Amino acid sequence: MSAHENIQDNGLLRFMTCGSVDDGKSTLIGRLLYDTKTILVDTLNAIEKTSKKRGMEAVDLSLLTDGLQAEREQGITIDVAYRYFSTGTRKYIIADAPGHEQYTRNMVTAASTADLAIILIDARKGVLTQTRRHSYLAHLVNIPHIVVAVNKMDLIDFDQAKFDAIVADYKAFIAKMGLFADGRDIQFIPMSALNGDNLVDRSEVMSWYQGPTLLELLETAPSAHAGRSEAFRFPVQFVCRPQDSANPDLHDYRGFQGRIESGAVKVGDLLAALPNGRESRVKAVQIGGVDIGEGVTEQSVTILLEDEIDISRGDMLVKAGEQPAQQKEIDAMLCWLSETPLSPARTYLIRHTTRTSKAKLTGVAFKVDVNSQEHVDATTLAMNDIAKVGFKLAQPLFADPYSVNRATGAFIVIDESNNNTVGAGMIV
Amino acid sequence: MMTMTKQTLSHLDWLEAEAIHIMREVAGQCERPVLLFSGGKDSICMLRIAEKAFRPGKFPFPLMHIDTGHNYQEVVDFRDKRAAELGERLIVRSVEDSMKRGTVVLKTPDESRNKHQAVTLLEAIAEFEFDCCIGGARRDEEKARAKERVMSFRDEFGSWDPKNQRPELWSLYNARVHRGENIRAFPISNWTEMDVWQYIEREQLELPTIYFAHTRPVVMRQGAIVPVNVPLANGEVLNQPKAGEAIIDLEVRFRTVGDIPCTAPVISDADTVEKIVIETATTTITERGATRLDDQTSEASMEQRKKEGYF
Repeated sequence: MSAHENIQDNGLLRFMTCGSVDDGKSTLIGRLLYDTKTILVDTLNAIEKTSKKRGMEAVDLSLLTDGLQAEREQGITIDVAYRYFSTGTRKYIIADAPGHEQYTRNMVTAASTADLAIILIDARKGVLTQTRRHSYLAHLVNIPHIVVAVNKMDLIDFDQAKFDAIVADYKAFIAKMGLFADGRDIQFIPMSALNGDNLVDRSEVMSWYQGPTLLELLETAPSAHAGRSEAFRFPVQFVCRPQDSANPDLHDYRGFQGRIESGAVKVGDLLAALPNGRESRVKAVQIGGVDIGEGVTEQSVTILLEDEIDISRGDMLVKAGEQPAQQKEIDAMLCWLSETPLSPARTYLIRHTTRTSKAKLTGVAFKVDVNSQEHVDATTLAMNDIAKVGFKLAQPLFADPYSVNRATGAFIVIDESNNNTVGAGMIV
Repeated sequence: MMTMTKQTLSHLDWLEAEAIHIMREVAGQCERPVLLFSGGKDSICMLRIAEKAFRPGKFPFPLMHIDTGHNYQEVVDFRDKRAAELGERLIVRSVEDSMKRGTVVLKTPDESRNKHQAVTLLEAIAEFEFDCCIGGARRDEEKARAKERVMSFRDEFGSWDPKNQRPELWSLYNARVHRGENIRAFPISNWTEMDVWQYIEREQLELPTIYFAHTRPVVMRQGAIVPVNVPLANGEVLNQPKAGEAIIDLEVRFRTVGDIPCTAPVISDADTVEKIVIETATTTITERGATRLDDQTSEASMEQRKKEGYF
């Protein structure tokens, strides 16, 4: 074992930032990257050069994340960008999504893999329409940890009373709308990303704030599955049958390969295979043909069973007595992602875990105005619309409610004509 | 019994598990995938991930290298040795064959053949009817790559349309294509250069020797270290110094390995993986900034090449 492996490894945290450039979002990301020494000299030189070319006085840190030619030409962020940094104890993946209303689909995309969301509020402006939109989407996609960063405190003289008023305002808003009502972890931080107050270093001018800095929150936020009691869910991706191998020991080898989406599994556990429901005990849990005895959440493993059961891709292994519902009709919150509107007449494909089924819309209950969260009548959906819908399916899904299990509650809708991903659904 | 999750995977275990998951999705969704293996450090990690994903079975795809004919001999030898050790099929298709066919035309004989790999790759995809190429590209390498999907759709001309990418949510990857189209799958999208080196260290992966500090003749050209008088297997000597250039012997190592004319080494005395990990943690220059002469032509050059079918 080498020296740096002795440093405690606190795993990996994926988070997203919600806000616009005006809220100082790029400055915040730039600061985190810069203060953790992730931005290197040549990158900084390149963006300094570009900033100067555009006649800007300060270095424009948004140039770090706007990677496409069209984005640089138009000075806007079109797509989600992923950035990486590490503190030595934890690795971070930032999903940076454009915050504007017309990019709802990008926010939902970024949120789908995030364990934590930073919602930026401009201290001068307080809770705005976009704050409500971002909060609603973070709630909808069920991000476990929420950090409300009240930024630009330097521009309101680091005034505690004003910060407290914004916090009270925000709490009133989420209480009224019923957002994060499940006791989710919500933290508030007064901040100045520009000066670095309460980002990595504690602010000296805001000694009235005794809570953690942003980086402290990121370092200590429990990972999405930590401390939760979850049922074992193992969608089968691939079956390993090396019969033709020269090794006779492998002639009867049947390994079911997949990722443990939740829960854990160990040798001797009694599992049920869905859809046929047959049960068998776990003979081995392996990675790369090597026994590991037990597998934990988010680990990709191979499971061998004591009995020969017909199992293929799209099936699911669960613990006996912990079966999810087998559903041929689902209700879901659906975000439409395509420029071609949702058609009630067409047949789509739904991909749920490793299973794909034909599906037809049975109805739209209501559409949600992402700014006010009001319900609106609708029969079809356009790009960036969010609605409660029903689908009927040709094959049953083994599904949990999205609020209970993100992996077995989520699905995508595929348009067979061009194979595009056109919708993102969360089972109610 | 519900199980309380107490254990958190280390960051390398998490990244490995994600990469295995992505490779298995390719195997489960695609009919004729192929894994691109150059003998470089990222693709060496990919082979270890494939072993963890599919052993004791064989890989559900062959390996393929698009050879520019201008690769370091150490790397080519390593490529062949590793494929043989694994007992997996290795396909090699060469840019020089495309030149003979007239599908690749060089502007000048000593031009880097790096971008021309795209033509040969598309020809190989057509020849074998591959519907998915698994590659070792990472999002932290370059700005255009930061917005790349894990499963990236290419039309029948191999083109990437950055403004019209398939949305990618949760870990529900969509690798569906029609005939003639293909997917480029990137299992280590979320890895950084540091993660790669830490993984190499943890897994004790063998690498071609040119990744480690060694002394070689170089010249300084426009601020970059350019290796000179590089012998090829066919007796040719590549990168002859220009008139007036002084040849010096420097202790260097390569951070990336590619077509000889466009890959520059860095000054380093790191001769073990452990020393390279430490050096990577303290470097002030990005991986491609230091070493890829082809990325510096314009801010958008990687994006341009990708639109044309490059990896």
